[in-house]
Amino acid sequence: MRRVTWRNLVARKVRLFLSAFAIVLGIAFLSGSLVFTDTIGESFDQIAYGTVTDVAVRPETGNGDAIAMSVNREARSIPASVIDEISALPGVERAQGAVNGGGLFVVKKNNRLLGGTGAPTIALNAGRGEPIPNAAGDQMLKWEQGTAPVKDGEIALDARSAEVAGYALGDTVKIALPSDPPILKAKLVGIFGFTSGGLAGATLVLFDDDSAQKYFLDGKDAYSVIQVEAKVGATQREVADQVAKVIPEGTESVTGDSVAEESKDLFDQLLGFLNTFLLVFAGIALVVGTFLIVNTFSILVAQRSRELALLRALGASRRQVSSSVLTEAFVIGMIGSTLGLALGFGLAMLLKVLFSQFGLDLSGTSLVFQTRTIVLAYAVGVLVTMLAAWIPARRAAKVPPVAAMRDEIAMPESSLRWRLLIALLFGFAGAGAMAAGSWLDVPRPIVWVGAGIFGVLMAVALGSPIIATPVLAVFGAIYRVIYRSVGKLAAQNARRNPRRTAATASALMIGLALVTTMSILGASINTSIDKGVEREFSADFIVQNVSGQPFSPEISQKITAVPGVDAVSPAQSIVFKADGTQVFASATDAEQFAEVFELSFASGEAPTADNTIALSESMAESIDRTTGDVVELTFSSGSYDATVTGVYADSNVVGQALVPLSTVTTAGIKRGDTSLAINAVDGTGTRTVRANLERAVGDNPTIVVQDKESYAEAQRSQVNTLLYLIYALLGLAIVIAVLGIINTLALSVIERTREIGLLRAVGLTRPQLRRMVRLESVAIAILGAVLGIGAGLLFGVALQRSFQNDGISDLAIPTGSLAVFVLVSALVGVLAAVLPARRAAKLDVLRAITGE
Amino acid sequence: MEKTVAAHAHELTKTYGKGDAQVRALDGVSIEIYEGEFTAVMGPSGSGKSTLMHCMAALDTPDSGRVTIGSTTLAKLDDKALTVMRREKLGFIFQAFNLVPTLTAEENILLPLSIAGKKPDPKWYANVIEAVGLADRLKHRPNEMSGGQAQRVACARALVSRPKIVFADEPTGNLDSTSGAEVLSFLRRSVDEFGQTIVMVTHDPVAASYTDRVVYLADGRVVSELRHPTAEKVLERMSVVQRRIGV
Ligand SMILES: Nc1ncnc2c1ncn2[C@@H]1O[C@H](COP(=O)(O)OP(=O)(O)OP(=O)(O)O)[C@@H](O)[C@H]1O
Ligand SMILES: [Mg+2]
Repeated sequence: MRRVTWRNLVARKVRLFLSAFAIVLGIAFLSGSLVFTDTIGESFDQIAYGTVTDVAVRPETGNGDAIAMSVNREARSIPASVIDEISALPGVERAQGAVNGGGLFVVKKNNRLLGGTGAPTIALNAGRGEPIPNAAGDQMLKWEQGTAPVKDGEIALDARSAEVAGYALGDTVKIALPSDPPILKAKLVGIFGFTSGGLAGATLVLFDDDSAQKYFLDGKDAYSVIQVEAKVGATQREVADQVAKVIPEGTESVTGDSVAEESKDLFDQLLGFLNTFLLVFAGIALVVGTFLIVNTFSILVAQRSRELALLRALGASRRQVSSSVLTEAFVIGMIGSTLGLALGFGLAMLLKVLFSQFGLDLSGTSLVFQTRTIVLAYAVGVLVTMLAAWIPARRAAKVPPVAAMRDEIAMPESSLRWRLLIALLFGFAGAGAMAAGSWLDVPRPIVWVGAGIFGVLMAVALGSPIIATPVLAVFGAIYRVIYRSVGKLAAQNARRNPRRTAATASALMIGLALVTTMSILGASINTSIDKGVEREFSADFIVQNVSGQPFSPEISQKITAVPGVDAVSPAQSIVFKADGTQVFASATDAEQFAEVFELSFASGEAPTADNTIALSESMAESIDRTTGDVVELTFSSGSYDATVTGVYADSNVVGQALVPLSTVTTAGIKRGDTSLAINAVDGTGTRTVRANLERAVGDNPTIVVQDKESYAEAQRSQVNTLLYLIYALLGLAIVIAVLGIINTLALSVIERTREIGLLRAVGLTRPQLRRMVRLESVAIAILGAVLGIGAGLLFGVALQRSFQNDGISDLAIPTGSLAVFVLVSALVGVLAAVLPARRAAKLDVLRAITGE
Repeated sequence: MEKTVAAHAHELTKTYGKGDAQVRALDGVSIEIYEGEFTAVMGPSGSGKSTLMHCMAALDTPDSGRVTIGSTTLAKLDDKALTVMRREKLGFIFQAFNLVPTLTAEENILLPLSIAGKKPDPKWYANVIEAVGLADRLKHRPNEMSGGQAQRVACARALVSRPKIVFADEPTGNLDSTSGAEVLSFLRRSVDEFGQTIVMVTHDPVAASYTDRVVYLADGRVVSELRHPTAEKVLERMSVVQRRIGV
């Protein structure tokens, strides 16, 4: 039996390669994602461990999460006077203050921002005296050129940033600061490298201590962190405990190891999103690949039924027959996984290059191949292939021995009735879950809708042979009219084996259903943005930082004085937990805010006093608080009670809660405006005001002035960028589906060799034959498109419903895009048919007839 | 009586394989097929009968020699022209797998015409259907028909486009004698009633007795010929031929 299996593998290598290719792509994506995220992880670990000192003293932290820490900037600091006390401790070799500043940008030589929305720019101080080494005992910075800055007006940059920004030693560097002055011009006096690997694309700007304090700590003689070097022989723990006794209230002394652990956890949390995101697409690719493999094996088993019957007649047991098929699957799974791993490695390299374009530079870290990645790739690859081959293998075992004697063999196939029943079960369960998630008040509606989508996809895939029949009948009618007998033959071929056609189309269906869903969501989000802006954007202009970072309150002062400006309402976005639920809120001055925006309050009014808050309707509902109640707000600096002054209709502009500006200061967050809403004096031409505003902002490339249209446009373009990324990733599923069509057609052509020979013998020309294959292919592709777009419409609507209260208020169906999808599918059909059609046309008529 | 030549093979040779494994399937065959005649080609297995048929029917090309159908020399035609020639001037009946399984009997019969985008001559079509005796089976698909019925459908298909010649390679080879007789008498009638030209390869002396002329092939050459055959005469001549070539 083993020899038979092996012979089969060798004899059908092309077909098997095609089906292995589905596995290759799926596994490549899986392993590529893992390798890439592991690499990022490794690079971040290097940074985390390379940047901690033996012991650090910092303001006390609550359980700040990743998002809150990236939005809220720390304003608390530690007075410099502590340093002497710490230095005097017995276990301490040396102590030094460090400033960590954010919200600044290096302006490149070409006047564009370095980094932009990508990796962050971090401000550091040069330190007074020799810098403290990291916990491993190394200096963190390596000087490549020049020296550390010693006075105001001097800075040093990391080597990569200096190069990318186009600055050389001695140049004047422009830096956009989040404080005063908004634009600093400083001389580049030093260029340094980073001792422990790369910086993952982050930009480091080094200031002298006084300047760093001036720009990032409001000029206090204080530091963000006190770094401590332990004496030789003293452990981190011992020293940290000694230090803890002398530091002021509100600060904590932590070991380097635990700081590194914390930042590692934080990175992992962020990486987790990316990883899940990528793995979802790997999963989709594998599911689609499964269809392809099931189909390939079914066809191969059908074609070999006579041979299998012969084996059975010669005494092979059912088990031997089915295990010979499964062994084939195993070998294909192994080969596919191996190639997939190799391709995944390439993919990870590609991702590395791609992400470096967006500022995540990993050139300091080589790709990380963990054993886990390899084991997982093989396990998933082999398992998926064997699972997919399971049903065809069982069917193979059911071929009766007598079939060897018969001429035409009908494969024993499970009845469609069972399939229909299971499909209906899936369908009803899925539709029910989706309806519940969309319209009922269930917890975590998105999970319900997600499960529903899966159920309905399975139902459509299972039921597709039944759904396909009427669709293909329509094709038959159209083809017959346009292409006469060739069209008829093509339509008949597509209908000849509805399961095969439907399974092939299902692979495309899944990809297109998801693409359609995304396009509906995208269009709905865009429409919702437009409507929301139309409804809520009552200001004439909005001034924002390009990357949503807070900017110097100085700018708001400047703008108030601009001629033609009537009112300015500054707002700062902050994130905190309200009774344990994460809230994206705006901090504003209620009076200024009211001059520009009209927020419609369901009850109460805007918060003005300290320790007050207004909630959006959906937030009020989800934490079950209303006007007059008290909520507990948690920041990394601690928790504060706040009284609810009002509840307002959901608003995209404001977010989930509105707090007075005083909250920012109370919470120990650094003040900075995230946006300024501006009203022009009535009667002043908006164009003049805009020009005035732009002049006032000056040559500060971090700040943009937007009116209603450009604001909406900017928001839309963010959505669209994400949408295109998702389309690109779903493209993988479509590629696999196309391979599936090619495979099915190629196998069908082989199966119908005699028939094709006959058709050629009685006068079918080669172009007619090619057209026949092409038309069949287009029928399959459009069947997939129709099913997919139908399912996608359903999903899109359900998702929009379930996100109705989370910003996607309006449903939009992008009919134009949907039409394009159908056209593209037809094109996909044409392309998929190229090779099989050529193969069919090349068949030697004589050989085909004589059955060689 | 002067007969018109419908097809002419001149000095055909065809060699398969190389070196020791070389087989001379055709070794200078010349044969003329006359219009309105039913010709049988006989000979031992491997004597080149099928190869000759394929070369004459524009399905294969000889190494040397020339085939003319009517006044057209095949060697001068490209693939497209050959296809059109097959579609319009020639009919085929193979031993098996003659029908497209997805099409009904009627659709199979009309296939060559519909591929060419033509309509059948209704009178001729009616004649053929009537002669083939399948009027009540027209809506059936091949898997719902007996072997004999399927071969008769194949015959009807070969005739419906009024080809110059019909080539049949062992059309009754897979059939029992009753079904075989049905097919043969249909072919005979089409020669008698419609003046069709037919060339048929067969091993069966009874089948050969339906024809007007039997040509014997051995080792890729025409070795003998018999007019107005009966089963006995065919058998007798076969044994003579076999003795002569020492089989
Ligand atoms: N494609 C091929 N490749 C190699 N040899 C071939 C090929 N086709 C035919 N032959 C050889 O050519 C010779 C003639 O074959 P052909 O099929 O014409 O014989 P035949 O008279 O039709 O025999 P049969 O009565 O068995 O059908 C045989 O020896 C055969 O082995
Ligand atoms: Mg033969």
